[in-house]
Amino acid sequence: MIHVINPGLETTVQDTGRIGFYEVGMPPSGAMDKYSYTAGNLLVGNNESAASLEITYLGPELEFQEDTIIAVTGGEIPPKINGESVPMWEALEIKAGDKLSFDFVKQGARVYLAVAGGIDVPEIMNSRSTYTLCGIGGLNGGKLQVNDKLEVGNEKIRDVKPGTRIADHLIPSFDKHHEIRVVLGLCSYRLTEESKDRFFSIDWKVTPEANRVGYRFKGERLNFVEREQPFGAGSNPSNVVDLGYPIGSIQVPDGVEPIALLNDAVTGGGYATIATIISADLNKLGQVKTNETVRFVSVDIDEALAARNEVKEKLAEIKQNLSK
Amino acid sequence: MTVARYEYGGDEFVFVELSETMDLNINFKAMAITSQLKEENLPGILDICPSNASYMIRFDPDRIHPDKLISKLKELEQSVSIDDFEISSRMVDVPVLFDDPWTHEALMRFRDRHQDPDSTDLEYVARINGFDSKEELIKAITDSPYLVSMIGFVPGLPWCYQMVPRERQIEAPKYVRPRTFTPERAFGLGGAFTVIYPVQGAGGYQLFGTAAAPIFDKDQRTYDFKDSITFPRQGDIFRYRSIDQKEYEEIRKTVEDGTFRYLTKDITFTPKQVLDDPKGFSEEVLRRLYA
Repeated sequence: MIHVINPGLETTVQDTGRIGFYEVGMPPSGAMDKYSYTAGNLLVGNNESAASLEITYLGPELEFQEDTIIAVTGGEIPPKINGESVPMWEALEIKAGDKLSFDFVKQGARVYLAVAGGIDVPEIMNSRSTYTLCGIGGLNGGKLQVNDKLEVGNEKIRDVKPGTRIADHLIPSFDKHHEIRVVLGLCSYRLTEESKDRFFSIDWKVTPEANRVGYRFKGERLNFVEREQPFGAGSNPSNVVDLGYPIGSIQVPDGVEPIALLNDAVTGGGYATIATIISADLNKLGQVKTNETVRFVSVDIDEALAARNEVKEKLAEIKQNLSK
Repeated sequence: MTVARYEYGGDEFVFVELSETMDLNINFKAMAITSQLKEENLPGILDICPSNASYMIRFDPDRIHPDKLISKLKELEQSVSIDDFEISSRMVDVPVLFDDPWTHEALMRFRDRHQDPDSTDLEYVARINGFDSKEELIKAITDSPYLVSMIGFVPGLPWCYQMVPRERQIEAPKYVRPRTFTPERAFGLGGAFTVIYPVQGAGGYQLFGTAAAPIFDKDQRTYDFKDSITFPRQGDIFRYRSIDQKEYEEIRKTVEDGTFRYLTKDITFTPKQVLDDPKGFSEEVLRRLYA
């Protein structure tokens, strides 16, 4: 059992996500940075889909009431056990009564706390992930609260020795300026050629509206090709007949402030989508903070698939190193 | 008919736009293709999401290459016809309190985001669609049933498209800037679609009323939610029925004590029946639903 002394800013239970219910409007939720999340589970010997805590910006203070192994992965929000700094990306031994707390965020936006056995909350539609907008999953459907108690599950499948570390070259580092790769498409035909160029040529600043639902960016106005709006679409040039939104898709309502839709986003609506962030870089975007800048980079489907494979190969290398 | 567009949505989605324009024909076509795809049960397909004039597939690229998926979908576009497509769904009586206090409060709060700050959403949409009064607009909405043409946005939200000829479709722009608040169960219209907002949240549709009964219940308290936390299904036929405050309160009581159950009847129909004679089909739906 883990006792929540202080929940931090926004700490939620997340796993690989609620897959297969997009058709009824259920977004997947799940860990925003899946690479760091998965590395955490591997480090504590868990099943790769065990639930962890996703910690955003400001970490919680937790008291463990049993001996266990934990790992903290992701952006740099330095962890401390009983007030002493401990390393990230390493299997750490915990004794009953130990307190885990965090320093202020240095780099990135989110860290994952993996606990041997995983966080045990009820599975809703095959997932333990928290979807706060509808109060589904996680602990009571929301972010952690003071005095919450978290049960530890039985998703541990192998023993990992405390002190085991992820190799340095497999630990991502995060900057304040980010390149995020996208595949242009969907309804990008709605943008003028000039606006398509501008989309890829300027630095977009992340606004305070940057959370699990989506990230909104400030830059400059983008323009849509003039047309008579098709029947059913609504009158704004950025409107289309309501359609499905891929996770990671980017829309520009009224041409002002692009929005990237993420794990807890709406699944469809009436704005033209112009590009989709590739899966490998959704991990990266999950580590981007308000006021940092993003440059979107256009890639084709083969480059997107190659980037996806690179992520998979890194995780395979972690797995192989841990089984040595 | 326009040429369908096949687009990558990153490395995990394929988006297929059958038409830029909403049309019942196209909606049925998307429904037919996606239901055939479901039946074929291809490995690597994670989500099949039919929408109004398009559809979207989420897949696992480690199990099916996007280009292979796209050629499969192009094949289906050719081979699937709505002529031999049958839809088995439900006709549903959906009671709505129009011009209600809750959406009125919400829409008055966001007048500065509206095309016409000096009238209500009902008055505005009645006027731009050539109705003499909001009562006439409500009558047009409740006279003919709607096809649930898409589910999404948030869990269970039904986009509904009225089964009337194009010239009788009611159309309205969305808010100039979306509201940050919409009450739970609000009934609204945007583009050519009506919706019920399952939960409180942001929204940009014109607000007309509040549905008495839920369409989303995560606790699955009443009969209609015994199998799913969402009630509407694509292909359902919704008849919005105008109710008074008294009936609204009565329905709310039955929702709260757990005994509410939607009036529904099963129906099997073909797109041709709807497209050939929308008026006759609508009348038949109303007759059978309330028989």
